Amino acid sequence: MIEMRGIDKSFSGVHVLKKVDFTLKKGEVHALMGENGAGKSTLMKILSGIHMRDEGTITVAGREVVYKHPKQAEKDGIAVIHQELNILPELTIAENLFLGNEKTVKNLGWMKTKEMNRMAAEQLEQLGLNVKPTTLAKHLSVGKQQIIEIAKSLMTNAKVIVMDEPTAALTDREIDTLFTTIRKLKEQGVSLIYISHRMEEIFSICDRITVLRDGESIGTKVIKETDFDEIVSMMVGRQLGERFPIRKSKIGNVKLAVEGLTRKDEFKDVSLEVKAGEILGISGLMGAGRSELVETIFGYRNEDQGKILIDGKPLKLKNPQDAIEQGIAFVSEDRKSKGLVIDFSIRDNLNMSNLTTLSNKGWMVHGNELSLYKEMVSRLSIRSSGSEQKAKSLSGGNQQKVVIGKWLGMRPKVLILDEPTRGVDVGAKKEIYSIMNDLADQGVAIIMVSSELPEIIGMSTRVAVMCEGKLMTTLDKHEFSEERIMHFATGGDKHVRK
Amino acid sequence: MFGNKRLTSLLGMLGPFIGLLLIVTIITILNPSFLTIDNLLNVLRQVSINALIAFGMTFVILTGGIDLSVGSTLAFSGAVTATMMASGIDPLIAILSGLIIGTLLGAFNGFIIAKGKVAPFIATLATMTIYRGLTLMFTDGRPVSGLGESTLFEMMGKGYFFGIPVPAMTTMVTFLILYLLLKKTTFGRRVYAVGGNEEAAILSGISATRIKIYVYSLTGFLAALAGIILTSRLNSAQPTAGQMYELDAIAAVVLGGTSLTGGKGWIVGTIIGALIIGVLNNGLNLLGVSSFFQQVVKGSVILLAVLLDRKKA
Ligand SMILES: Nc1ncnc2c1ncn2[C@@H]1O[C@H](COP(=O)(O)OP(=O)(O)OP(=O)(O)O)[C@@H](O)[C@H]1O
Ligand SMILES: [Mg+2]
Repeated sequence: MIEMRGIDKSFSGVHVLKKVDFTLKKGEVHALMGENGAGKSTLMKILSGIHMRDEGTITVAGREVVYKHPKQAEKDGIAVIHQELNILPELTIAENLFLGNEKTVKNLGWMKTKEMNRMAAEQLEQLGLNVKPTTLAKHLSVGKQQIIEIAKSLMTNAKVIVMDEPTAALTDREIDTLFTTIRKLKEQGVSLIYISHRMEEIFSICDRITVLRDGESIGTKVIKETDFDEIVSMMVGRQLGERFPIRKSKIGNVKLAVEGLTRKDEFKDVSLEVKAGEILGISGLMGAGRSELVETIFGYRNEDQGKILIDGKPLKLKNPQDAIEQGIAFVSEDRKSKGLVIDFSIRDNLNMSNLTTLSNKGWMVHGNELSLYKEMVSRLSIRSSGSEQKAKSLSGGNQQKVVIGKWLGMRPKVLILDEPTRGVDVGAKKEIYSIMNDLADQGVAIIMVSSELPEIIGMSTRVAVMCEGKLMTTLDKHEFSEERIMHFATGGDKHVRK
Repeated sequence: MFGNKRLTSLLGMLGPFIGLLLIVTIITILNPSFLTIDNLLNVLRQVSINALIAFGMTFVILTGGIDLSVGSTLAFSGAVTATMMASGIDPLIAILSGLIIGTLLGAFNGFIIAKGKVAPFIATLATMTIYRGLTLMFTDGRPVSGLGESTLFEMMGKGYFFGIPVPAMTTMVTFLILYLLLKKTTFGRRVYAVGGNEEAAILSGISATRIKIYVYSLTGFLAALAGIILTSRLNSAQPTAGQMYELDAIAAVVLGGTSLTGGKGWIVGTIIGALIIGVLNNGLNLLGVSSFFQQVVKGSVILLAVLLDRKKA
């Protein structure tokens, strides 16, 4: 179907892709893996005409092509679902789906809204998404928006679909639907390129895998003939060992507790506590109110009822400054809209939450800024061309590390992480886990919201499971299992009793 | 590899400066008397009012906002100072009162925008009208004159200091302070952060509310300063002073390369932008271009500058 040979690409002197070869067969699901910044997204952007290659050839269905614009690739049946969502929040779902390909009366520009809505509804149903096509996109969760993106590429009758980390923001149930769709597409002869950092997914739906490392293609394998360890060592160039490093921290006193915390329509009567040296996992499906809960603890939202206690003392946290003053740090989900200023340099992003400590009587001290940058680059192995590189030109995983780095600088007592490893490669994931462990060892109390069950199970001391705004249960380490957590996350006994 | 990037960004920053040089060259070729010391000092004095307002506007625009009420604030503060002076109150107190009033009017803008969550364009469109109305009520719609004799006050608009017009000196000193404020202090970082991504800034513990109130207050203060300088220069306060000044200020900021969407820009660009507008005004007058056609030229230069800026990005 597609043959890319000797693809070479540099961005203002930085060599990002080095003679990369990549082939895609008809009807296969081809995984593309590699560490953050390995060049996966860039390779796909070259395939789809967003970036121009410096060297190399691309043949699509036997014909050599040079795309200068994504529209041209789209004409040849190549659709890309990018890592960064391209949803227009003020438009309806149907309008988003047909954006640029609107159905009009005799092509005169008068839109056939009804027909578009009907077709959109069909598409949504196929993907198992239970929303009206006239809903405004901004009312959808990130996960649902992602599904809209997928639906959008399906509408164009693509022959090749590239999915760049499509599941990063999806819940397990949504992922199941996506996989069903992928298998259906495969039967119809559609080829897929699938980028993900989640190994389980690669093994369950991909046929072949190509690994990139530092912009070079390391090799292509048939999935059935390879295993987890081989892929990881291809990716990182060494053995990685245990996926979840062991932690031996001493559990201390209760650092943070919430009692009967309630916010209308978001979560109700939540009580939990986290001790020094402990990692409390919060699990649940998308929309269970987990992010809302932790944002409330951080003072970004204000509770309607209930108490937040730190070291046993009830505190009123009106805004994030109050929380930070109490030593609470918060790594938000959705780094692009809530975590980073994408036009800022890495240095400025790291500074943002540490301005007071980095300055002297209000004056910025450049040396302090640079030492924070250096510390974080080495602690988190952030890959960049220097402190002044703009956050927007970093790979997704390195962006995430910058967001985490912002908070390590303040030496928090309580660290809240919302989906800390979303879009982060295996090696870096392990680094993040090690950092969490180190912090726990130093007596930091950690709350981790995560949609990845292996991560929840591998890292947590205890797990709180939420469903539809209610805290269903808190499980201890010996009670963990995927089944048990999912049982509570989907409503628990409530549904059984019915 | 890195030098390359530095170079492009340097060229980007030099853009407005090259534009200014180009305009100065063309005007000088057409009329050499432009490049005399006397005339240049004249330009500096004329530029200072717009530059002061545009400095404030830069901060506001960096936070992603806009302030249309600066002209009215200028008029109101000028009128307050003039009225107090005309009734024999100590000039220093009169000047300080004008400055405080301007700051308060600005703070009110900031309050509505940050706390009331009203879009800056709408909020300041409303206060532009309100402040103008207040000025007209306060002065009964008549110019305030008979300000008495005060060296301090006369110096502000008409004086010279080592041969340089005092307004130009005031502008330079203000520029230096604001440059440092923006570039070297935590406040400056916060201004950029709020404009770059407000939500991320708030989640990083930055009070966007407070920053916005400060920024609009600063703009009010600078508009008042400009108003007092103008009053001193004219030796009277006109209730209709400062109309459309907001547009020249916004133009100066945009010519200087600051992005209207916030988070990107710098104050050095603004001073060059203000100079471009000032040089155009002065030069076109010298060349005897009709005032109607002057507007066409000024507008076209702004368009051209913005189009060139687009190309670069
Ligand atoms: N527009 C750009 N300008 C400069 N450098 C860029 C640009 N886009 C990407 N890069 C650099 O190219 C490298 C590869 O980035 P790319 O986004 O392809 O990585 P990736 O493999 O998709 O990583 P991730 O898994 O984190 O998404 C990174 O080092 C990144 O900083
Ligand atoms: Mg990527």
